[in-house]
Amino acid sequence: MTITSARVKSRSDATPAASAAGGKVYSPYSFWFYLPTALIYSILFLVPTFASFYYSLTRWSLFESKFIGLDNFVMFFQEPALVKGFTNTLIYAVVTSGSKVVLGLLLAVLLTSRIVGRGYLRSVVFFPVLVSTIGVGLLFQVLMNPERGLINETLSVIGIQGPGWLTDPKWALMSIAAVDVWKGVGLATLIYIAGIVSIPREYMEAARVDGAGSWESFWRIVLPLCKPATVTVIILSLIGGLRSFELIWAMTRGGPGFTSDVISSVIYKQYQAGFYGLSTAGNVILFLLVTAIILPLSWFLNRKEVEM
Amino acid sequence: MSTAELVNHKPGRNYLLSAVAILSSIVVFVIPFAFIVLTAVKDRQQSADLDFSWPHQFRIVQNFVEVVKARDYMLVIAFINSTILTVASVAGMVVLAAMAGFVLQRRKSRWNPFINFLVLSGLIIPPAVVPTIWVLQKLGLFKTMPGLILIEIAFGLSFCILLFRAFVATIPRELDEAAIIDGAGPLRLFFRVIFPLLRSVIITVVVVQSVNVFNDFVNPLYFLPGDQNATVQLTLYNFSSQFTTQYNLLFMDILLITIPPLIMFLFFNRQIVAGLTSGAIKG
Repeated sequence: MTITSARVKSRSDATPAASAAGGKVYSPYSFWFYLPTALIYSILFLVPTFASFYYSLTRWSLFESKFIGLDNFVMFFQEPALVKGFTNTLIYAVVTSGSKVVLGLLLAVLLTSRIVGRGYLRSVVFFPVLVSTIGVGLLFQVLMNPERGLINETLSVIGIQGPGWLTDPKWALMSIAAVDVWKGVGLATLIYIAGIVSIPREYMEAARVDGAGSWESFWRIVLPLCKPATVTVIILSLIGGLRSFELIWAMTRGGPGFTSDVISSVIYKQYQAGFYGLSTAGNVILFLLVTAIILPLSWFLNRKEVEM
Repeated sequence: MSTAELVNHKPGRNYLLSAVAILSSIVVFVIPFAFIVLTAVKDRQQSADLDFSWPHQFRIVQNFVEVVKARDYMLVIAFINSTILTVASVAGMVVLAAMAGFVLQRRKSRWNPFINFLVLSGLIIPPAVVPTIWVLQKLGLFKTMPGLILIEIAFGLSFCILLFRAFVATIPRELDEAAIIDGAGPLRLFFRVIFPLLRSVIITVVVVQSVNVFNDFVNPLYFLPGDQNATVQLTLYNFSSQFTTQYNLLFMDILLITIPPLIMFLFFNRQIVAGLTSGAIKG
């Protein structure tokens, strides 16, 4: 990319007249094609994003705003309910992303091996990805009912007293994370399957000739060569996890108390309560959190490509 | 035979592993869906038990009619709204993103790194809620369907542009040149020559994004409040009052709004897979 632009620049330096004319010369790839996209994207995405930096520093009622400096941010990190939302976001994102990587890889290895009913298994694992998140949330709210829910009924048959999955503050966030993994692992599996299928067969054959067992082939060949898939899964699920709102809203509304609140649900609650400045500060914090995690991580993960 | 089969290099199929896999898939995935279907056809009393049991009586039709009639046919209105929203926003995304992705791939300019950066930002950055409402209000589009359609387009563009850009790279430039020599202008070149060639990626984008928009809950919640404007996802809250929930109707509703994605899944399984895994191949 740098090379191209440098070349363009040097050429225009050399013959300014020609380049001025060249700019006017008919190009089939018109910049006008960007215009509608650029308009919609800037007005509805970029402008609000930039505006959020200013309005997060104000007390705001949509019609008038009063500049109050960093008060909203101070409030965000002093109020225990809001701090909890911040830490929960991190925990939730890391837990769901980690589980999706591990389970997705295992499922993908399983679903590319010679087993009966492969097509059925692939479909059934993937289908929850397409189902409405709110529907899944409400379904599991019922299944996780502490007294009558299917999960605890089943556990009591084998003599285990299941916890109040969504009513016990210790369990609520992790239960939601588990449902998130249930719903999302199909996508991770799919990405890993695509990665595994693209590994040339010769590698595995060569390894086998050299006497590698299945465990060794997995660690030395499948895992390293699936790295692009791993990077995709990690980045996608981290972004999803950090921003996640629907499932938490459907299952607990951040409760009991505020023990399963995340930043997105705090944003919604403050918005409903009419604290627009505070809500926007939550947005800015989420923005900073996401970029502070995703940018270095994707740089780090994409740095060393595996030579194939 | 794929690579991973060679990992466990046993000649035959592994029947024990298959049995375990199928059994656990039934427990983990099939039973929850069966639970939805069973509860959806129960009567109100039995559905309140929340257990996994065979219905005493099948009230498919009655439950269906009740769900549709609930709150002045809100579900019908919601289905109309969701259809308008999905069709309009996905159509917008496809045309706009295809144009942008085409020029982005074909025309190398010093702006490209900046544009690519913006596209990626759109994927990563969570939209700022209240400022977006503020912008919509200034434009007079808050609480209107066109406003929500534009929002969905704006938030979905990045993903589509990435797919289109990658696909346009596989179309030979000679085609463009031939069309230009034949006297096609930029619009004609794009809409008559390139756009038809994008068919397979267009199907992918349409399928993936329409499932996304149809299942979207957050954006309608923020940007299109009000019962008259409800989309299907919001109807799920029709059947729970403060004190009781009519579980049979709730699950019938879940069943009904799962049908459109299910149809997409049955007919376009391959395109969905292609769209969602495209990132994994190139890393």
